[in-house]
Amino acid sequence: MTPVTSPPRGHGAGEGVSGTPDPAARGRAADPEAERSLQAAFDAAVAADERIEPRDWMPDAYRSTLVRQIAQHAHSEIIGMQPEANWITRAPSLRRKAILMAKVQDEAGHGLYLYGAAETLGTGRDELLDKLHTGRQKYSSIFNYPTLTWADVGAIGWLVDGAAITNQVPLCRCSYGPYARAMVRICKEESFHQRQGYELLLALARGTEAQRAMAQDAVDRWWWPSLMMFGPPDDESAHSAQSMAWKIKRHSNDELRQRFVDICVPQAEALGLTLPDPELRWNEERGHWDFGAIDWQEFREVLKGNGPCNEQRLNQRRAAHENGAWVREAAAAHAAKQAARAAQGAASAPRTARS
Amino acid sequence: MSADWPLWEVFVRSRRGLSHTHAGSLHAPDAQLALRNARDLFTRRSEGVSLWVVPSSEITASSPDEKDPFFEPAADKPYRHPTFYEVPEGVRNL
Amino acid sequence: MTATAPQALATLPLADDALILSHRLGEWAGHAPVLEEEMALANIALDLLGQARALYAGLAEVLGGEDEIAFLREERAFRNCQLVEQPNGDFAHTMVRQLFFSAYQQPLYARLSPVLPLAAKAASETAYHRDHAEQWTLRLGDGTEESHARTQRAADALWRYTGELFQPVEGLDVAWQELAEEWHADIRDVFGRAGLTVPEGPSEGAWSAGAGRQGLHTEPFGRLLAEMQHLHRSHPGATW
Repeated sequence: MTPVTSPPRGHGAGEGVSGTPDPAARGRAADPEAERSLQAAFDAAVAADERIEPRDWMPDAYRSTLVRQIAQHAHSEIIGMQPEANWITRAPSLRRKAILMAKVQDEAGHGLYLYGAAETLGTGRDELLDKLHTGRQKYSSIFNYPTLTWADVGAIGWLVDGAAITNQVPLCRCSYGPYARAMVRICKEESFHQRQGYELLLALARGTEAQRAMAQDAVDRWWWPSLMMFGPPDDESAHSAQSMAWKIKRHSNDELRQRFVDICVPQAEALGLTLPDPELRWNEERGHWDFGAIDWQEFREVLKGNGPCNEQRLNQRRAAHENGAWVREAAAAHAAKQAARAAQGAASAPRTARS
Repeated sequence: MSADWPLWEVFVRSRRGLSHTHAGSLHAPDAQLALRNARDLFTRRSEGVSLWVVPSSEITASSPDEKDPFFEPAADKPYRHPTFYEVPEGVRNL
Repeated sequence: MTATAPQALATLPLADDALILSHRLGEWAGHAPVLEEEMALANIALDLLGQARALYAGLAEVLGGEDEIAFLREERAFRNCQLVEQPNGDFAHTMVRQLFFSAYQQPLYARLSPVLPLAAKAASETAYHRDHAEQWTLRLGDGTEESHARTQRAADALWRYTGELFQPVEGLDVAWQELAEEWHADIRDVFGRAGLTVPEGPSEGAWSAGAGRQGLHTEPFGRLLAEMQHLHRSHPGATW
């Protein structure tokens, strides 16, 4: 793991930029004994389920792991806008059009909350976006699958958001304060995402023959990729043990995957749709649903960039960023001009906020 | 890059009678757009009736290193709290 | 249709304006120049879609349900102005379109609020849209050389669609001439502060004068409708 050496950003101490450890803390960390005592205080705080806050001392590896995890999560939110936005202009009713626009907008919002949380660790959004655009940081592989029909919007809401929520709810209690707070907000807002997807599928399942077939086809295509969203099996998961100890991951991949399957089976039944797994059966002894083997070869291929839409998604993201450069530059240039004008004496009376 | 927009901290008053509370951060080229971006990001579910935006670089915070000298001295002054005082039984409205 | 039809359909142009502009803004999702602007554009699109739906609800007796109105009418039956159907172009193009339209829509709703129940709420929503467009016009007009050129180009290209806005809509009791004067003063003011030149070309003419309001649209509109309506029309009678 490459430790992220947070460049001093020359900013003040607002939460969004306060990731750079205090020079004092850093100086002390150079002394092995002080380092041990800082580490002990950090370990004790994590063990006591206290939150680590941006300006606290933290191990470099904790910082870099968090930056990577939060950034990947943020990238997933904004790349995840694409497969659903694909249907905004074709939504078959005005009600669905409004819901879908609001949902895709939420995903941009969630990306913003998460980039904000990552920035508290001393890495700016520009740097994170650059890593996304150059392929040095990942986003969830699930978004490399295409949305081929309207029913895919429903399947994403039900299965993909459902899997995401199963993953995210425990993170509301993760040890890093800004990340936990972002997750609380996200989980609260996301509760409508899963429901709208389920309701959308329900309408199709109860609709015409063609609509029903559309719904079943979408579930058939999204089921297995959704199970892959929980990551590799526990015995192959590279960073799990350390992340669990740091409480930035609170349950194992397999545990969450099982929880998700158990939740989905009766929900599929209520829809009157089948899940594409002939080995799915209730295991009385375990008190869980057994399910078939996941095609991890496919998972690795998509992760490597060979999924159906990897290139398309990244290209669109890069294009949006590049096409927007002149807009961002213009606004920055205008702000600089205005500041210069104000400095020239046309300063308006300062407005004071009073609580 | 000249196009980098500075970071702003956003504070939201969720309803009249309450203080502004820190909600998160965002990027904007200037204060006017920061306020509007804050409105679009943090109050789209009617979470607020008033907003503050502050450049992150303008915030001065206490350092975690100073935790002890800053906050410990307050811990041993129980006489600042009403529970410190004895009130005879039967005395009310005190 | 009865003799009162024009009166009964008076709000249809407003509803179609809101729907079509909302649709165009929805095309920005995932393409905005900065994430913060994804939020803003979607908020505006959702406001407009809400206005369209509320206005369609008021037309239900004459035209049917909102989805019937939106998805089953032919191009020639739409009464939106041509300005809102224009393709997004670059961000400057979209912002100038927003400024031209919201500077018209806001005072129009304000004037209609005594007689149109939803107009007061819509007037306050569109005041925000108008402000958003102004903020960006100022920054783009007075930003870099490139942003200035792009914004001026957008203004010049869209100008010809603005005259139509002030053609009287039958059944809406509005002082159209006064509205037009107010709009021009507003645009002159914003453009002046943004360092932009108010275009001098014709804003009305044989084709553009009130054409959309009479069901004559520009070519891109047919493709917009094809995309918007195809799924709904592919499953006649289905519910979604």
